[in-house]
Amino acid sequence: MTDALEIEDLRMHFGPVRAVDGVSLTVPRGGVTALVGESGSGKSTVGRCVVRLLKPTSGVVRIGGVDVTGLSRRQLRPHRGQVSIVFQDPAGSLDPRMLVGDVVAEPLRLSERRLSRRDRQQRVATSLGQVGLREEVARRYPHELSGGQRQRVSIARALISKPALLIADEPTSALDVSVQASVLNLLADLQRDIGFACLFITHNLSAVEYLADEIAVMYLGQLMEKGPREQIFARPAHPYTQALLAAAPVADPVRQRARTPVLLGDDLPSALDPPSGCRFRTRCPLAFDKCAAEVPPQVPIGTGEAACHLVGADGTRPDVRAGAQG
Amino acid sequence: MTTATRTTTAILEVADLSVSFETESGKVSAVDHVSLDLAAGEIVGVVGESGCGKSVTAMSLAGLLPRTARVSGSARLRGTELIGAPETELRRVRGKEIAYIFQEPMTSLNPVLTVGRQIGEVLQVHERLSRKQARARAVELLALVGIPSPATRVDNYPHQLSGGMRQRVMIAMAVACNPTVLVADEPTTALDVTVQAGILEVLRDLRDRLGTSILVITHDLGVIADIADRVVVMYAGRVVERAPVHELFARPHHHYTTGLLNASPTPGRHAGTERLQEIPGLVPVLTTQPDACTFADRCPAASDRCRGEAPPLGTLGPAHLVACWHPVQEADR
Repeated sequence: MTDALEIEDLRMHFGPVRAVDGVSLTVPRGGVTALVGESGSGKSTVGRCVVRLLKPTSGVVRIGGVDVTGLSRRQLRPHRGQVSIVFQDPAGSLDPRMLVGDVVAEPLRLSERRLSRRDRQQRVATSLGQVGLREEVARRYPHELSGGQRQRVSIARALISKPALLIADEPTSALDVSVQASVLNLLADLQRDIGFACLFITHNLSAVEYLADEIAVMYLGQLMEKGPREQIFARPAHPYTQALLAAAPVADPVRQRARTPVLLGDDLPSALDPPSGCRFRTRCPLAFDKCAAEVPPQVPIGTGEAACHLVGADGTRPDVRAGAQG
Repeated sequence: MTTATRTTTAILEVADLSVSFETESGKVSAVDHVSLDLAAGEIVGVVGESGCGKSVTAMSLAGLLPRTARVSGSARLRGTELIGAPETELRRVRGKEIAYIFQEPMTSLNPVLTVGRQIGEVLQVHERLSRKQARARAVELLALVGIPSPATRVDNYPHQLSGGMRQRVMIAMAVACNPTVLVADEPTTALDVTVQAGILEVLRDLRDRLGTSILVITHDLGVIADIADRVVVMYAGRVVERAPVHELFARPHHHYTTGLLNASPTPGRHAGTERLQEIPGLVPVLTTQPDACTFADRCPAASDRCRGEAPPLGTLGPAHLVACWHPVQEADR
């Protein structure tokens, strides 16, 4: 069976800025792949290329086995219903002058144009119900809702066309902790019940621990590592993945203060002029000569792969903490 | 009751601080009778979600709130009353006695001045240094906050620096006059996690080397767990719990604190559990502070008493205060 999403060697250059520079990943049908990276890593650009808000510079994007990379707007239209996106800031992605019901119904105007008004209202009510909102919310304006409710509206809009693939771009980052938990739970429940595939884009590794099946870690336009969730959390192979995990503070003072700090430099290189060889080498405490000279290939490790010269084909992994003391 | 744990060495003592705002849609109560204190060389974390009043509390200390704010209560910094102090007095205090760093370093820095000029400006005003002396001191300060090659960086403009570097510059500016108290309002929220660790390290280092007392305002319990000695948990304008950091995480007594802890995605914490725990409902926007527990509507343990009588901040153990009629017990955790 074909995957819900296949990305092959995707590149998105904005003039001289190489925002995405050779990313390959797949999201199986009904699966959740998390794309994790910090600001400027190009993770959101990947998402925007998938929904074709951006036309990739090169590479292939296949949705449900169909290559949509080169399709024109018109050719793309039948496939639009297949994939939806939820953005980070629900206040910015909902038209303030539209009623919630119209916001949620809008995708249907494109994907199911012959739907009667009544059926459309029915679908809106169902969709709002799925995300835990009452039907009356349809007659309100976005500004009357809380941040968490607005994000639920975005999710209802994204799911009304019954897409096979949902791109969730930092859907909970703008929300408070208690609200974030309920939106993450909602997404997990919906994903399990409806069975759509999901590319979950986030900067927060801990937010995806119980949501994602696969995790791909991105840095400065390229993938550093990908693999099953358990493996990424228990045995991260790439020094960057290790640093990300080590840097996220744990809400437990005993554990947090017992950890070995991994301090990377602050100076993030620019995607205008990325470092030669491995892109992470300028901040990597373990970098050596070869890292500047050669681009590390993706080496299989466990059931995933990592792009690091220190990862051995026999399964040896570097330990970033060894090089980052003090 | 709130005075039970007040230490004699307190540098900053906030008592019964209340702040409300006059808005077009009426009065909004942001902070309600908040009391907290900060000892010399101590890092106190104030944690809460948006709208809990943590930033308003911090801003009110140096008179940084807009004119629409109505502030009452007391905030004493080394014995000097700050609330209601005349502007001339506050101007002397700001920078020299109490300094701030904020969430977004780019909006706090002047884009058309080099970082050396901006740090130097503080020193020229408060310490009456010459321009040349100020520049030399700026280089030292940049080194203090861990900026590599400070002698070159001093001539950089803010846009030439990364987000983490800019925040380090903000810290350098804030500590230029060696303030008694540094207020860090969400200092790492706009930064990536790999950069955050370094900034927290700088703050800890300042405390250790200069003895600065630090008030860290954050929504992130991970930051609190990493850096704070004592913690103040705020909800809807009130302090709901106050305890030393290890005590708070090991034995949280307020249902909001346990709710926050269980809702935070933390690697390992949810191992084996499928879902994050939610706190049902919403943070209320309060026009008046009711004589009731403001968390009652979202609390699993709420009773009629909670809805009819505000619980005072009472002592539950050594230095552990909680405002709850039905505190979380050992068995419930």
